[in-house]
Amino acid sequence: MRTAYRPRTFVLELVMVATAVAFLFPVYALVTLAFKDPEQIANAPLSPPDPPSVDSFGTAWQSASLGSALLNSTLITVSSVVVLIVLGSLAAYFLARQAGRLSYSLYILFLVGIILPFQLGMIPLYQLVNDLGLLGTYQGMILFYTGIQLPFTVFLYTGFIRSLPADYTNAALIDGASHLQAFVHVIFPLLRPITGTVLILNAVHIWNDFFTPLLYLGGSGRETVPVRVFAFVNEYTSDYGLVAAGLVLAALPILVVFLLLQRYVIRGFSSGLKG
Amino acid sequence: MTAVMAPPVKPAPPPVKRVRRGGGIAPPWLFAAPALLVYALVMLYPSIVGAGSAFTDWSGVGEQRSFVGFDNFQELVHDDQALGALRNTLLLTLAIVVVQNGLGLLLALGVHTTIKSRMVLRVIFFAPVVVSPVMVSFLWKYVYNPAPDAGLNAALNAVGLGALRQDWLGDPSLAIWSVAFTVIWQCAGYSMVIFLAGLEGVPKELHESAMVDGAGTVARFRHITWPLLAPAVTINVMLSTVGGLTLFTQIIAMTNGGPGYATDTLSTVLYKQAFVFGKFGYSTAVALVLAIFVAAVSFLQIGYLRSRETTA
Repeated sequence: MRTAYRPRTFVLELVMVATAVAFLFPVYALVTLAFKDPEQIANAPLSPPDPPSVDSFGTAWQSASLGSALLNSTLITVSSVVVLIVLGSLAAYFLARQAGRLSYSLYILFLVGIILPFQLGMIPLYQLVNDLGLLGTYQGMILFYTGIQLPFTVFLYTGFIRSLPADYTNAALIDGASHLQAFVHVIFPLLRPITGTVLILNAVHIWNDFFTPLLYLGGSGRETVPVRVFAFVNEYTSDYGLVAAGLVLAALPILVVFLLLQRYVIRGFSSGLKG
Repeated sequence: MTAVMAPPVKPAPPPVKRVRRGGGIAPPWLFAAPALLVYALVMLYPSIVGAGSAFTDWSGVGEQRSFVGFDNFQELVHDDQALGALRNTLLLTLAIVVVQNGLGLLLALGVHTTIKSRMVLRVIFFAPVVVSPVMVSFLWKYVYNPAPDAGLNAALNAVGLGALRQDWLGDPSLAIWSVAFTVIWQCAGYSMVIFLAGLEGVPKELHESAMVDGAGTVARFRHITWPLLAPAVTINVMLSTVGGLTLFTQIIAMTNGGPGYATDTLSTVLYKQAFVFGKFGYSTAVALVLAIFVAAVSFLQIGYLRSRETTA
């Protein structure tokens, strides 16, 4: 409810800002830690770094091999999201436009995947990926994320396509366009808002996922950022400054992207789930 | 579906593309085939095999396995670690659902006002959501440092609350709440943005006319805002429940289930049984119990929360 700025509003403003300061305390502790040398960490754990030292950042970047980890994460995330958007929107177009018992059952079958915990199939899937020779490969991860995230993607796309009028595609089809042409030129451009949501939710999830890349990529040289950070922190566990610098560097790329696109990211997270 | 079929008196329509109830001309099955194939390969097939091996003594290596009926489940109800993990999972889920959504709602109400800092605050509170849980866990592992002069303990000391210093992750009765708070800190902003979207859908006119009628802030929240937030409550409760029941990464990164078994969850137990002890059959039995829990709780919640939405 938006009304005038009153004394009460000012009190609320103070309370909220104080909350934010307390909320940010862990971030302050981590960032200042990263800029301190071991002596400062021991003597003045909470004060600002004086003088700030950036030595830890270079060492952390090297020891955690963050450069190649960022490349691996980018490659896996971008490819998986592209495949998800293509397969998910095509399937949803069929499910939304084909009435009948069979396509409805198929839709329900996809929905089951949303509440099916992946732990149930975790071990058989690991074996399957191993049998297919895809352990330790980018392709294995892309296949995994596509399968795991498809139910949610199909759910979002189907709901959106159902709300679109069918007239446009019918007109294109009657004019002699093929189904694929009608989809590419008429439907897909109309899906832009929901494609944005699908992209953001899947990209954030895949970028941050930890357990499966640990299982599938551990020791392959193709580890993603969270897996490298996990190994790095466990190796240098008592060197607080170095660990903190590694965490700051590893979290920075996604935070920068978030700050640049915050409006879209927040909208994606809050709107995509209206079911 | 047959509504567009021609009645017998008229000649049948030309057999071009059939218009169906869905409103459009239906595309061919081929459109859904690639997605179905990948979904079946990655989720359906492994889940069915997993559910099946819950009734075997499979070790995970080789093909040797024999059917043991409900033995794994018998073992489960006598396994103190698994039962403790079940209890921990439920406690964590309850704490996360209540506190995360409660805080999320308060934050949303706070920034859905005319305060100057509202846009900046939204970004600050939401930011942890986009960071990997592994990194957030390590951040908090430092904050929970047992040393009296580091992290949270140092901060408590600095503001004169030194008496409250704890071994946050090392004390078996405290560790689980420390982990829960980490999850809450990371995800409260997620609840906040979903509540905010709900608040933005509450018509201003309702509040204005209620104010004219003399309704105070609390009365307006109870009778206008809260009922209209029902869909946002449904989404938030569902999301945090499934997240809590399947909690894994934060435990592995912060405590690895310890001290002792004090923070083990169903997910960490099934992981350890499979990859540390090589008991794949037993592990999938735990996974099946987890899956049934998630499904049952989801259905119950959807049923209850949806009925709340329609009667509101």
